[in-house]
Amino acid sequence: MTELHFPWIEVSILTPLLGAVWIHLLGARASVLRHAIAIASVTFALTVGELLDFILLGAFEAHDRRLFLDWLFDRDIFVVDELSAFQLPLAALIFLVIIMSTLRTKSPRFSLKAALISETLLLATFSCRTSWTLVALLAASTIPPFLELRQRGHCTRIYTLHMSLFVALLVGGWAWLSMVDVNSPAALIPGALLTAAALLRSGIVPFHLWIADLFEKGTLGTAILFTTPLVGAYAVMRLVLPIAPSWALQSIAILSLLTAVYAAGMALVQREARRMFCYIMLSQSSLVLVGLELVTPIGLTGALCLWLSVGLSLTGFGITLRSIEARISRISLVDYHGLYRQMPIFSGFFLLTGLASIGFPATVGFVGMELLIEGAVDIYPWVGTMVVIAAALNGITVLMAYFRIFTGRHNPTLIPMHARRSEQVAVLILSLLILVGGLVPQPGVASRYHAATELTRQRQRNPMTEDETVARILDAGSEEQNVITRPVSVSH
Amino acid sequence: MNFTETAFEILGTVVVASPVGLLAILGLSTLFSRPLSETSISRLTQMGVLFTMVPGIMILALMLMVGTRYVPVELGDWVTIPEQEFHFSLKFVFDRLSIPFLLLSCVLCGVVGAFTRRYLHREEGFGRFFLYYAVFFCGMVISSLAGTIETLFVGWEMVGLSSALLVAYFHQRRNPVRNGQRVWSVYRLADAAFLIAAIAMHSMTGEGDLGGLMGSGVWPEGVAAITSQQAFGVGTLLLIAVAGKSALFPFSGWLPRAMEGPTPSSAIFYGALSVHLGVYLLLRVSPLLEASLMLQALVITLGLISAGCGALMSRVQNDVKVSLAYASLTQVGIIVVEIGLGLRYLALIHIIGHACLRTMQLLRAPTLLRDYNELENALGRRLPEGASPWTRHLPEGLQGWLYRFGFDRGFMDIALDKWAVGPFMNLFRWFDRIERRATNRLSSENHRQSDRIELHPESTGRAAT
Repeated sequence: MTELHFPWIEVSILTPLLGAVWIHLLGARASVLRHAIAIASVTFALTVGELLDFILLGAFEAHDRRLFLDWLFDRDIFVVDELSAFQLPLAALIFLVIIMSTLRTKSPRFSLKAALISETLLLATFSCRTSWTLVALLAASTIPPFLELRQRGHCTRIYTLHMSLFVALLVGGWAWLSMVDVNSPAALIPGALLTAAALLRSGIVPFHLWIADLFEKGTLGTAILFTTPLVGAYAVMRLVLPIAPSWALQSIAILSLLTAVYAAGMALVQREARRMFCYIMLSQSSLVLVGLELVTPIGLTGALCLWLSVGLSLTGFGITLRSIEARISRISLVDYHGLYRQMPIFSGFFLLTGLASIGFPATVGFVGMELLIEGAVDIYPWVGTMVVIAAALNGITVLMAYFRIFTGRHNPTLIPMHARRSEQVAVLILSLLILVGGLVPQPGVASRYHAATELTRQRQRNPMTEDETVARILDAGSEEQNVITRPVSVSH
Repeated sequence: MNFTETAFEILGTVVVASPVGLLAILGLSTLFSRPLSETSISRLTQMGVLFTMVPGIMILALMLMVGTRYVPVELGDWVTIPEQEFHFSLKFVFDRLSIPFLLLSCVLCGVVGAFTRRYLHREEGFGRFFLYYAVFFCGMVISSLAGTIETLFVGWEMVGLSSALLVAYFHQRRNPVRNGQRVWSVYRLADAAFLIAAIAMHSMTGEGDLGGLMGSGVWPEGVAAITSQQAFGVGTLLLIAVAGKSALFPFSGWLPRAMEGPTPSSAIFYGALSVHLGVYLLLRVSPLLEASLMLQALVITLGLISAGCGALMSRVQNDVKVSLAYASLTQVGIIVVEIGLGLRYLALIHIIGHACLRTMQLLRAPTLLRDYNELENALGRRLPEGASPWTRHLPEGLQGWLYRFGFDRGFMDIALDKWAVGPFMNLFRWFDRIERRATNRLSSENHRQSDRIELHPESTGRAAT
């Protein structure tokens, strides 16, 4: 297997972990937030380095250069591939901007230590191949939010119930799968258990109550960190996609589609901003799942593009809400708050990220949404149109929330409402990524398509997941590629 | 490539690049919190419009000289996956339909830009208005010249967003904001119908190129490359999109609401350009209508109903802008009928004439009382009452009912709220109640912390707890 030029994976996973230890040693000093920002920035830079190195290598997957912790970072388990190469910087960026947008007054409530530990777990999960380690990491990542809920003195029953079921299904399914031949029909039942686990973690209806509960009772920062990287979708990619037959996945896609529409409708009737955000996030993440479950190259490409755009845009959308909440507490959507004059930067950013999340033209989500719709309509000509309906409903909700929060009679507050420097930087980074990704989408789409075809080819090697239609599409694509590349090879 | 082709390509690129550049400058200055002065904004806007209109006129002159009726300008694939035959081409078309509409957009946007410079002078939202204006102008140029259905959709969406935000321009007041939300909601549903129709057409014909979809021949001679049944299905979806965008029956309710925006935006967007964008789409896909007689009948019926409703409603309004809005609807309805009857050139001329007249009327609306005074002074008596002679022949009961119908804006908003929005919202509120019950049962405490939040925490003047 190809080797990276630097042990990026190892160092990027260890940096936030060691950072958490450092933050612990610092205690309650005033500079702790600055240190956390620095640690998250270094981690982000490392993941970007990892991505660039991987792109330069031009391989489908690569593992770390040997360093000193080979016993901990098994070279066959922690790898970076075309799927995770983009997810890792995205995940690190989500953590960075959440930490950057944390007000110093809020650092006692939002645990920076826990955030950095969660980052370690997430980066390790996204760098991990299908194995018991992945199962363990997925299970472990549910602990920090649980501890926070308990620390805040709230009832954790809903969260615990769902996450226990998730871990049980995950462990049971993986244990069962380890005992059978994955290329035989015997893999269907453990596959179903793993699918149920992934859907539960993704919050597919009716297993979505825990997400609303987490948003209600946890800090908004933790809720965003736990949900926007779409770990459930990652679990589908790693655990379910390689073994589930196309018919099974495409049937589940209808469930995800229904969730997308249901959550979009629920977002419209919410009377509080956090809950509205929670349902929009659920709706958009379900759309990503729809694309993954279509298992056609176009649908997969759309889902992978949308994954990145949802991560970017909803994080931006979330940090705007979080910044407002940090100043004036939770926001009712029943009435108009008139915050535009005091928060012009946030208002523009809120609108931009909201529009990007629904796939508005010239933003990062547009092409992904187009591809997803095309993929969905190819498989289900009528049911596929539900993607469009979900996006339309989310669009209505986004503007409604914008109007309720930023328009209306202006109420001057005693609290400084303007964006701080670190918040401005976070807003600017995300805005530029959203706009540049939207205006120049081709490199991203080409890379995601390549990842999608490789994943589809891998599926074609398993007799259980082989799909004649997809094989024909891939063959046609290969032939066309040959036709296109032939003149080039002649000229050489 | 010969000289003419090169000239067409350069000029065509300038036409499209100019509004995009204007939007980029205004947008980036906002993003980086570096607001421009009123003078700079006005100059930039003038240049943006000028650099779109002059090359547009040059292309028209060149086309007349060369004798060509169709000039495609291809800026390449914005996104492409060749293996899957997925192409998002940036293709723009200059033909007998797009050039008049482009020039109309430039002239009216230019006039309104110049008018607004004084109208909104020293207003707090001056920069915001021109940012939305740039989005609108960019959307109009892209929609007018779009050579593929996807590109048309991009422009269509930009026009929709800017319109909704401009309706809510006076955002300290509730009503404009509510109306902006209403406009946006109708537009989103219209956009959804458009997108579904676009995808359906794409999968039927295998391409997104409007020329390909409409078969051989340049506008208006194209022949649809799909069957009658397909044309009816796709055409019906497009008709929903058109009805939403052009405020036709039963979506006419948003048009008077849109008049809450500043007068220049009302004039340009809802009185002149935006309201004609739907019928422009209908003209662009008019070969579809010829493929299905039923679709044609549907278009004519929709146009007649809309024109009739508009005529009734415009007569009984007590606000000049609203009255003008409904008068616009009447004309748009007639234009739809003309398109349904296959009178495409007539419809195009009607659009241009009507848009210019309505812009002028709406821009004069704030000084209407003064104009009336001047007229009465010149006449030396009161202006005569404008009652129609037909009214006398109608039974009194019917007159009363028609008055109520017109005054209540055709009961359209009430009907939509009662039969569509209400049941939908009630259904999801019911789901919400079910979720609340389920979570409360599972949890040992009241699950909804959000029930206890303050309505206006910002007004208390304290930090968050």
